[in-house]
Amino acid sequence: MIRLRLEKRPPLPDWAKAAIPLAAVAATLLLAAAPILAAGGNLWRSYYYLFYGALGSRVNLLESCVKASPLIFTGLGVAFAFRARFWNIGAEGQLMAGAIVAGWLGIALPIPSRLLHLAVIIGAAFLAGGLWAAIPAWLKFRLRVDDVVTTLLFNYIMMHVMGALLFGPLQQPDSSWPQSPEIRATAQYPVLVARSRFHLGIPLALVAAGLVWLIHRKTVLGYESRAVGANPVAAHFGGVPTSSVLLKTAVLSGGLAAMAGVGEVCAVQHHLLMDLSPGYGYSGIVVAMLGNLHPAGVVLAALFFSAVSVGSQTMSRMTGVPSYISEVIQGLALVVMLVALLLTEYRVRVRRGAGTGGGHG
Amino acid sequence: MDDLLSLAFLTGVLAAALRMATPILFATLGEIVGERAGVLNLGIEGTMLMGAMTGFTVAFKTGHLWLGVAAAAGVGMLLGLIMAVLVVYLGLSQHVSGLGLTLFATGLAMFIYRLVFGSPVLPPTVEPFRPVAVPLLARLPVLGPALFHQYALVYLSWLLIPAVSILLFRTRAGLRIRTVGENPLAADTVGINVHRTRTVSLVIGGALMGIGGAFLTLAHQNMFLMDVVGGRGWIAIAMVIFGNWSPAKGALGALLFGLLDGLQLRLQAVGLHVPFHVFLIIPYIMTVLAMISVSRKASAPAGLLKPYRREDKGG
Amino acid sequence: MNTDPTPLIEMRGITKRFLGVPANRGVDFRLEPGEICALLGENGAGKTTLMNILFGYYACDEGEIRIGGERVNLSSPRAAVRRGVRMIHQHFALVPSLSVLENVAVGQEDHRLGFLDWKAARKRLLELERRFGMTLDPDAKVWTLSVGEQQKVEILKALYRECRVLIMDEPTAVLVPSEVRELFAMLRTFAAQGNGVVFISHKLHEVMDISDRIVVLRNGEVTAEKQTRDTNARELAGLMVGRDWPARKERSPRAPGRPALEIVGLSATNDKGLPAVRNLDLAVREGEVLGLAGVSGNGQRELAEVLFGVRKPTAGSVRIGGAPTRPGSPTAVIAAGAARIPEDRIATGLMMDLSIAENLILENRRSAEFRRRGLLDHGRIREHAGRLIGQFGIKAAGPSTAAKSLSGGNLQKVILARELSAGPRLIVAAQPTRGLDVGAAEFIRGRMLEECGRGAAILLISEDLDEILSVSDRVAVMYEGRVVGIRAVNEITREQIGLWMSGVVP
Repeated sequence: MIRLRLEKRPPLPDWAKAAIPLAAVAATLLLAAAPILAAGGNLWRSYYYLFYGALGSRVNLLESCVKASPLIFTGLGVAFAFRARFWNIGAEGQLMAGAIVAGWLGIALPIPSRLLHLAVIIGAAFLAGGLWAAIPAWLKFRLRVDDVVTTLLFNYIMMHVMGALLFGPLQQPDSSWPQSPEIRATAQYPVLVARSRFHLGIPLALVAAGLVWLIHRKTVLGYESRAVGANPVAAHFGGVPTSSVLLKTAVLSGGLAAMAGVGEVCAVQHHLLMDLSPGYGYSGIVVAMLGNLHPAGVVLAALFFSAVSVGSQTMSRMTGVPSYISEVIQGLALVVMLVALLLTEYRVRVRRGAGTGGGHG
Repeated sequence: MDDLLSLAFLTGVLAAALRMATPILFATLGEIVGERAGVLNLGIEGTMLMGAMTGFTVAFKTGHLWLGVAAAAGVGMLLGLIMAVLVVYLGLSQHVSGLGLTLFATGLAMFIYRLVFGSPVLPPTVEPFRPVAVPLLARLPVLGPALFHQYALVYLSWLLIPAVSILLFRTRAGLRIRTVGENPLAADTVGINVHRTRTVSLVIGGALMGIGGAFLTLAHQNMFLMDVVGGRGWIAIAMVIFGNWSPAKGALGALLFGLLDGLQLRLQAVGLHVPFHVFLIIPYIMTVLAMISVSRKASAPAGLLKPYRREDKGG
Repeated sequence: MNTDPTPLIEMRGITKRFLGVPANRGVDFRLEPGEICALLGENGAGKTTLMNILFGYYACDEGEIRIGGERVNLSSPRAAVRRGVRMIHQHFALVPSLSVLENVAVGQEDHRLGFLDWKAARKRLLELERRFGMTLDPDAKVWTLSVGEQQKVEILKALYRECRVLIMDEPTAVLVPSEVRELFAMLRTFAAQGNGVVFISHKLHEVMDISDRIVVLRNGEVTAEKQTRDTNARELAGLMVGRDWPARKERSPRAPGRPALEIVGLSATNDKGLPAVRNLDLAVREGEVLGLAGVSGNGQRELAEVLFGVRKPTAGSVRIGGAPTRPGSPTAVIAAGAARIPEDRIATGLMMDLSIAENLILENRRSAEFRRRGLLDHGRIREHAGRLIGQFGIKAAGPSTAAKSLSGGNLQKVILARELSAGPRLIVAAQPTRGLDVGAAEFIRGRMLEECGRGAAILLISEDLDEILSVSDRVAVMYEGRVVGIRAVNEITREQIGLWMSGVVP
């Protein structure tokens, strides 16, 4: 009989920690070789087209950026929450909350100035996503309700709220399709690169990443949020108001995720519709974990996954390997990253035979 | 309005409710077995999708529906085993591991389906299960056609409610599962292998989740669509909490969910314009309320979410 | 009944180290059939560690164990239970949602084709209950039982498995007097049948009452072994705490100043809602070290937490520097000028994933000193940390090193540096040197005394009597939530302290 035994190991140096996500990506791509080979793909050709498809031409490169924008936002939102140990799995619902507000205000508000209209939309959507995340956070610290399950359920509540609106007040008149009318021109993100979909949301995402870094690193709130995440008991001992920090963290986290929804409505679709997000909220969890919960890591991880997602289309065309390989890679990456993090703290020893541990007696 | 009150309508709603409840029922029972042993399996949504895909593919290729169901159960067991390696033996976070498993299994299911079937204009179909009428009982008014003119898998799911109850509360294995879930240390000192018990529970649970998925593609529908599971796994997680980790109460929750789902479907079918999404929100709200009340009673298995590592105690 | 010549248990030369620090040193221990043997000693004397080795929890580094004459290798509690040894910890290994019968029989269930058959088990359980004078309902859920009844379930578990050796770790700590009498009767019945009991305790009168033989442990070594009939509580108290006075720490003499800490009528409950601190009065003056001794679990932890501001008292008041502090507010206590050294430095004191510099600013994170234009100024935060690292001799690669890479002694120095950097008027230290090597412990005590020389008041809560005697001006002893005795250090004997600690109040 083979037994696994975990032994604590001394802490790794900082450079090794930075290398963990890279090692995880490498291990993930190695593991993803199995389904690619099973699909009859040539490994080198497949990976070549995967990355060529994402980065090899101007159109694809810009498209990778377009896909990266919502991933950066949800990834930042999740990372910000996870840092404080608020297990926010609800980025998808918060994204939808933001999208609903963006769609509604984009249609309803007759504001002639685009700058003002967008500012109102962004502010309101941020708040909506933030409040939607604040409820599970409140339930967590007030009533000790498990945040993972509540945030997960809240995704579906928001999905059905959106459904009710799109089959009701927000539905395009004379249509039976669950889709809103087009938002006003003043509510649309400007496209920044001609003949592409490269829109305002992409620089906004980068700015958001910078702001998250600034909040984490340079403000008392960020410090307190990280302190609560590192050790809530010690933070409380040191006088940190843990409940209010958790609540503020949740609002920021949900607000960031909501920005992904705003981008999809105001830049990509120009309508509110049911299939707005192909699971950006859930991918955000993978992005945050792979990015080591660091804003720069989140940006890089988001670019990696958007590239894989865009590139998998090309790879599929050229090699016949189904493009869903990108979803497989995402799932694998999360599990691999988790194992990699375990290995930074533990050594896994494989022993044969039944328990022979014990003293030398 | 007469339409709504007719017996035929009632029968229709009830029949639909039981059908809609079945996949959730399988999944809820599977999740209960795992959680009673102390493991929250958030891989459930992906496990169901893999079950749905595998069941459909095997049935399509072999022409045997039951072979498809068996394959779905097998795949579910395999995924349960993977979950066990991650959270039982390696002691990784149950939350993140489960989500990772769901993402992975979801991607893999779609990948394999596309690999096997390509991208046809019309999705391929199988000849699905047909309702089986129970002699005599099926002729009861109103209830007969609803309850006793159902798929064999629906009857199976009903049988599983007492079966899982008996397993947990009347058998040696069940007593050990509950002990491991509540206090792994107590189990360890009386000679119960904590890791093995948890693993077996996850494997059994995975099988039920897989079958629940197969029901969707072999009975409820006759084809595989990428969003065929559509959050039913998460609903099962909710129903476990709602049902206070009891198979019977969890089943009741699943049925209630099916009823609301069935009602909105029938209302749509008769062309009544109701905001059916509002109906669909109700079970979630109820579950959140149930979680709030549960959080005060702390009736969840005490060992849930905690990895058990005896080795940590050594000096 | 002493017909079997082989001892039930023989442990020889047992040595166990935790991270190099010895907890047991060459301990010999034996248990005869029919005997109740008490293991007596202060906290940290190594009693529980020794028994955990016998129960298979810990592997010993050196030594051998024989059970019933046979040399064994205990790799797990399971292995010990198989050989008839069962330990009942203070935290019971029970499943609250299961019935008494289920808890007792699980792991050894009778079954038919996998289906449970309770008939025989129930009969056997009732028979055991009758023999040991218990009246538990086999179908009662364990969570509905009192703590004393739950302990009986634990004993029944051992009896059901025909254990021959029962180890009980502080079994009376959770019991009311009538339950203690029942427990003792049960243990006597058990021993009379040729079995053995190891009774871990530091309550002298109980030990005198129940045991046949007493083994005294001190600093991990056996210091005395007595037949109970040949000794008395006074002698045992001396044996338990030792007779030698530790060297006094040199200090410049000074006159005690105004009261820095005044505790009046303070009461507090523990995590289970039971009274832990009962109507306690205590005052510490500026420039004075008050050592608060006592066996753990007598309310010191709760008292410290109230003083730290992390536990709300149920009654009474705490004044720091003459002004009342808002109860249950860490911020208020910090603002009043109190430095706090928590008992568990990793769980309560530090954020292990954050850097040393970040840990050091926990309490003054809002101070203008560390901010520039509203934002945290990491340059100055690192400078501040660098200064403290030098002053307190913290061995670390630098201010940005994560706290988790430090050793225990250096972790405690980080806490000390954080707490003392603001020049406190009061220091509340709970077990400040527990688990540290001699050098680090000396440094920590020296640093605290320096503050005292500056005029700070120190309340030192410690289970290490040597530590208390070497630095305190006055010594108080806490027992069952109250201060049972307080005296100047030059007017007290170790024996007197030992008696107070054991609940023997003259």
